[in-house]
Amino acid sequence: MTATHRSTDAPLLSVEDLSVELRVGEEMRTVLKQVSFSIEAGQTVGLVGESGSGKSMTVRAISRLLPEGAQTSGRIGFDGLDVLDLRGEALRKYRASDVAMIFQDARAHTNPVRRIGDFLTESMILNGKIGRKKAEQTATELLEAVGIHDAARRLKQHPHELSGGLLQRVMIASAVAARPRLILADEPTTALDVTTQAEVMAILKRMQQEYGMAMLFITHDLELAGAVCDDTVVLYAGEVVEQQQAKRLHHDPLHPYTAALVQARPDINQRADRLPSVPGHPTTAYEAPAGCAFAPRCRLAQERCRETKPELVAIGDHGESRCVRAVELRGTLLMSGTTPLTADTEEAAL
Amino acid sequence: MAPTGAFLARRVGGLLGTMFVASFVVFGALYLAPGSPLSFLTQGRSVTPEAIAQLEAQYHLDQPFFMQYLIWLGGVFKGDLGSSIIFGDSVSNLLSQRIGNTALLLLVAAVLVLLVGLFAGLKPGVFSESVMVAATAAMAVPGFVAAVVLMLVFAVQLGWFPSYGMGDGGFDSIWHLTLPAVALAITSIAFVARLTQNAIRSEMRADHVQTAISRGLPYRFIVQRHVIRNAAMPVLTAAGLTVAGLIAGSVIIEQIFQLGGLGQFLIDSVQKKDFPVVQAICLIYVATFIVLNTLIDIAYTLLDPRVSLGKKAS
Amino acid sequence: MTTTSIVTQAPSKKMRPRLSFISGIGLTGQISFWVIIAVALIAAVGPYIVPADPNAVDLEYAYYPPSQWFWLGTDASGRDIFSRLIVGSRTALLGPLAVVAMATVLGTVLGLVAVWFGGWVDALIVRVIDAIFAFPGILVAILATALFGAGLPAATIALSIAYTPYIARIVRSAALRERNLPYISALQVQGRHGFAISARHILPNVSGLIVANATLCFGLALIDLAALSFIGFGVQPPTADWGAMVGGGMSGILQGEPLEAIAASVLIVITVAAVNTLGARLVQRSESRA
Repeated sequence: MTATHRSTDAPLLSVEDLSVELRVGEEMRTVLKQVSFSIEAGQTVGLVGESGSGKSMTVRAISRLLPEGAQTSGRIGFDGLDVLDLRGEALRKYRASDVAMIFQDARAHTNPVRRIGDFLTESMILNGKIGRKKAEQTATELLEAVGIHDAARRLKQHPHELSGGLLQRVMIASAVAARPRLILADEPTTALDVTTQAEVMAILKRMQQEYGMAMLFITHDLELAGAVCDDTVVLYAGEVVEQQQAKRLHHDPLHPYTAALVQARPDINQRADRLPSVPGHPTTAYEAPAGCAFAPRCRLAQERCRETKPELVAIGDHGESRCVRAVELRGTLLMSGTTPLTADTEEAAL
Repeated sequence: MAPTGAFLARRVGGLLGTMFVASFVVFGALYLAPGSPLSFLTQGRSVTPEAIAQLEAQYHLDQPFFMQYLIWLGGVFKGDLGSSIIFGDSVSNLLSQRIGNTALLLLVAAVLVLLVGLFAGLKPGVFSESVMVAATAAMAVPGFVAAVVLMLVFAVQLGWFPSYGMGDGGFDSIWHLTLPAVALAITSIAFVARLTQNAIRSEMRADHVQTAISRGLPYRFIVQRHVIRNAAMPVLTAAGLTVAGLIAGSVIIEQIFQLGGLGQFLIDSVQKKDFPVVQAICLIYVATFIVLNTLIDIAYTLLDPRVSLGKKAS
Repeated sequence: MTTTSIVTQAPSKKMRPRLSFISGIGLTGQISFWVIIAVALIAAVGPYIVPADPNAVDLEYAYYPPSQWFWLGTDASGRDIFSRLIVGSRTALLGPLAVVAMATVLGTVLGLVAVWFGGWVDALIVRVIDAIFAFPGILVAILATALFGAGLPAATIALSIAYTPYIARIVRSAALRERNLPYISALQVQGRHGFAISARHILPNVSGLIVANATLCFGLALIDLAALSFIGFGVQPPTADWGAMVGGGMSGILQGEPLEAIAASVLIVITVAAVNTLGARLVQRSESRA
């Protein structure tokens, strides 16, 4: 449960102690460990982490798109439904009208052999049971809503005839077509150049507000999350290490990892002799050591960090953190000289 | 989505170009043989002066090499493939009596490959594992081995099928062609079945299928319109190529079952040193092969909009 | 865009097997490899330790059933089938080996030359390759038999020409990919000679793929050569050869003595299956390592 929005109504989406194991060859590998957070109706929550943190798997678990052989435990509740238990018709309906996913690489996620028009209308016709003409009209309106103006021409084209940015807008149009209550956006702008990124984000936010949809926004970009989301959840090695209001997180991170993420991004206003980076490499859940998963890379780590597994605790009424030293280090994490970066890179490498 | 005219023209141009080169090779092979063309053509026989004169006239041996080729090529276009040294008859006549048998064999084998191969590949579930094991084993069995085994079991031991000949037409011919067609098709069936299975499996895991699933589309629709439709392209291309490959295998099969087609005639003519016939049959096989490959190429572009349109992203 | 990670994940370590050149091909690949080694050993050593003279004709013993002297019985001419099968392993392996060796050398050279010189040289070579590809292997071999008479050498050379396109195309497309990589330009700038670059730098990166496809061609060549011997165009009597034995065994089948044909067929199928499986695994391995 997010610490900042204590609402008396039940949240739209609640992820409770979600753990996911993937089958790789002969073994099962943990990628998510007891992840919990929730999203209210209309709210935007950011899920931030590097590769291997498990953010993609979280979103796939919510839309039930995990790879074959994956095992889940915990609960995902959507407006009273137990998502992990859904089967058959109920599952289809959940996917068709309740949640919709926007994928990162639009080009890979659209069928190159079918037209854009088919891509947009197939769901409307099959799920919404409306006729072809009406579906095409709606598709045209949707394309215009996402800023594609020669919609009639575009409908007849194939994906390879559109640029990446246009395709991503089409992907967004397709996702919002059924007016889902929750959008799952998996790094929707990562593959785009910066200018296009800004345009697409603007369109996404506008449609979200217009249709009153909640959004789970995945990114590795803390600053983008700060601009777009209400709350931010930070994942590391398959666990939640921090949750906080998005804007505050930037100035007042509660976990050394978050602070490192904030500092690693070059600030145009500052001079630096060296770009700070976090030594070592991001860990996945199954590679994480005992104790705190971030300890090997954390300069502020102490013995107790390596020995016992830290719990996620609320810090005041601002957020939660999985650092045993969070209260103690509060407010100091961003000061230079106390960066959580280890001086010795070799020490940090696993 | 019709391919552009320029694209088609290029393909057909390529076809013609390859045909020219291939026909040149078939023609020029005569000069590769040891000795002079004349001595090669008459080898192992006692020949009358009239026969020699006839050969010289047929091959225009007095003309320069390239002229000979052009004259020969001109003749080919008019349907004149020369005269057989053994039979004396026009080669075209001799071939036209036999080409029907070959065509029928290839037709039956092709139908088997496409029907059984595609069907076996599409059936998911329990069948798939055993089908794949059987397919891998079948692909190691050469056509002639399959023919020999089939003949042994079904013709000699069980007597269900005849072991040679073409029969009397209609169903009798189909009955006679059963063993040969199966022997010819076995390896290709296995190949097509595996290919189809793999294509379907890999398409099921494709990203765009994930999108379709995430939109809550019905499973059946996804399989039909997304998976099969997309897998069809490489599968049909490969299936077409294997059918073209049936041509090569048919030569030996015809010989084994004495089917009296072009393949058997080719082998006979080599043994009897009837070179004009050898040349003509080689030319027909190669030309058919080239045309088939080009047609498959074009068919592929009709199916895949990325290739045919060739427009850039805008 | 934030860059917070400087290194990507460490690959999980696996135990490295000792014979590393056949690692990574799975159980079926390993089995196939050893089957081929076994056949090669038989081919090398077998002819010296055959129980009976493979060419000894004795019509009194025609179609003799399996016994302690003739482990698989005799053929129509009274020759020991078992000994002939052992001797036949030689042509079964040497023929395809010659074909593949020649086709690989020719194909590799053509592919590298086409890519290195580019332009009209490339266009010409592509046309030539396409033209050769229009001739199925068997057809070229039959044509060669018509021109030069029956026999293994003519058939082998004909098949190696017919198979050159397979290798040439693969080498060419792989070399095209490599050619465009920056390290090649770097070498050029350093003044290295074209041939040296091709041989020393491009070739090793392409070699895995070549070996894999050459193995598959070996299987095809084995089948083709056996088929040719079957109809009497390849290996000539009295030399023992599996394909020829299937052909010779045909009359036996019609008379109720199928052992020669069946035994030879089984050996052909086993060897081809092993070669095909090994080839497929090698292709998989070269793709995963690419």
